[in-house]
Amino acid sequence: MAAIEQQGAASGRPGSGGGLSMRTKRLLWVWSFLAVPILFYTIIRFYPTFQAFYLSLTSWDLVRPPKLVWFANYIKLFKDPQFWKVFKNTFTYLIIGTPISLVLAFTIAFFLDRVRFMHNFIRALYFLPFLTTAAAMAWVWRWFYQPPPIGVINDVFGMLGIPQQPFIRSTDQALFSIMVTAIWAGLGFQIIIFMAGLRAIPGTFYEAARIDGLGEWAILRKITLPLLKPTTVFLVVFSSIGFLRIFDQVYNMTTNDPGGPLGSTKPLVLMIYQTAFNSYAMGYAAAQTVVLFTILLIVSLLQLWILREKK
Amino acid sequence: MSEATRLSHGRIRPGLIVTWTVLFIGGLIMISPLAFMFSTSLKTADQIYDLRLIPAAPTLANYISVLADGRFMRWFFNSTLIAVLVTVSNCFFDSLVGYTLAKFEFRGRYFIFIAILSTLMIPTEMLVIPWYLMSSQLGWLDSYWGIMFPGMMTAFGTFLMKQFFETVPNDFIEAARVDGLNEFQIWWKVALPLVTPALSALAIFTFLGNWTAFFWPLIVTTSKELYTLPVGLSSFAVEQSIQWEMIMTGAAIATLPTLLVFLVLQRYIVRGVMLAGLKG
Repeated sequence: MAAIEQQGAASGRPGSGGGLSMRTKRLLWVWSFLAVPILFYTIIRFYPTFQAFYLSLTSWDLVRPPKLVWFANYIKLFKDPQFWKVFKNTFTYLIIGTPISLVLAFTIAFFLDRVRFMHNFIRALYFLPFLTTAAAMAWVWRWFYQPPPIGVINDVFGMLGIPQQPFIRSTDQALFSIMVTAIWAGLGFQIIIFMAGLRAIPGTFYEAARIDGLGEWAILRKITLPLLKPTTVFLVVFSSIGFLRIFDQVYNMTTNDPGGPLGSTKPLVLMIYQTAFNSYAMGYAAAQTVVLFTILLIVSLLQLWILREKK
Repeated sequence: MSEATRLSHGRIRPGLIVTWTVLFIGGLIMISPLAFMFSTSLKTADQIYDLRLIPAAPTLANYISVLADGRFMRWFFNSTLIAVLVTVSNCFFDSLVGYTLAKFEFRGRYFIFIAILSTLMIPTEMLVIPWYLMSSQLGWLDSYWGIMFPGMMTAFGTFLMKQFFETVPNDFIEAARVDGLNEFQIWWKVALPLVTPALSALAIFTFLGNWTAFFWPLIVTTSKELYTLPVGLSSFAVEQSIQWEMIMTGAAIATLPTLLVFLVLQRYIVRGVMLAGLKG
């Protein structure tokens, strides 16, 4: 890097050759490489971001021009019992789904890493669901959850003598049924990342521990888990963001009453979708997106803070 | 390699056999939704209550009838076209910007990098309302461009490529300058071939992300001819109501391409996911 800069600076002095100096030429290249991207990020990312904040302060139904109402949307939102229900649902997905999927993924990765026989085949079995389309697989799971004799899970329960379950037809079970689908879809990715993290730990650490007479459990607690912390924090955040933004599965598994039964599965993004594109309350929906943004921002900042703390 | 590799080389321990068996059964459970989906797509309506995975009389009749009216063909084409174009765009622009930020010194470099990186913090959901408004004003609603434009470049891809271009030795670039290549040629002919693992990881992620994308295509499209496969499948499934063998066939059509690609490119895909996950 320094070399390029020096050379650029050196040849940047008014040269003998005439025409553009090397430095100017190089700068021209730089800005011509960046011109389209700068335009893109300005128009497609930054401007819409500010517009979303502005729209959240307006009342707007797409027909008449937006009317500035300041914080009325936010006040309405925080007084809306539906919002708090959706808020609770969203965090239920997150708080229960993230630990379950991470513990599962770590356990599988930990043991899969030791298995050599048919390693690639078994890894593929776990990884394939990650490559599927959420909208398509939501329908497969929806079919699984049907009452007997259609639903596979209830059929298997019947064979094992377990009572039939209503799954996505019940206000108590529907959210967890959808959560299982989401965990299933994301597990393969987490396993692969955990395995990459495990392999990045130098073997000498384990040898040293073994010489010191540490048992398997102690090695796991004192070496593997601490050294895996960056991977784990990354996956916690990645998975949390995924659950906070859950939409495809919920939408497709509850098409007859989106977010139902009785709103018991509705996450924030589905509420945003309905407010904006079913009710056309654009300003109100924009305020909801700002709330989502704030939650995601806090989660990301927490990650930075946790990683910084122990360096 | 971890110590586990060495463990398994010597003696085979009974514990390892138990581990293997449990993992194998777990893997079968993981794959069972896909297995049942394909199995049912090969069954007739009166066979779907039969839980056997291998259909008694497998038939492609469902595929023929689902594909017959041409809608799925169209959605398949739409999804492929969109995913390919967006992937090409990302591979081009993300790596060009990543290269520029990694290998040139200029005023504003840091600012531009931080600005691009900061867009990672902005969730798509916050931008869809402004994008929808912009699309309706510019006549982009219900068009291929309308579906594609938000994803033509990503901060994730730019960051990933920048990380990898930083590992390219400056000597290579200097040597190419001496040889008289211009800056674009240096990027294209010298630097880019050195980061193909990162580029393929980016391509895989972008393709997969766009192939499975649901939220924005659902919002921006209204006419059925322009649906992508996931949105089309969703509308098709609602319409079929309880004809599960038809719905499974549609789901199988939406799922098959990525699975086939995986079977061919398993090693690269797993490596790509690891690369992107660790560097990204």
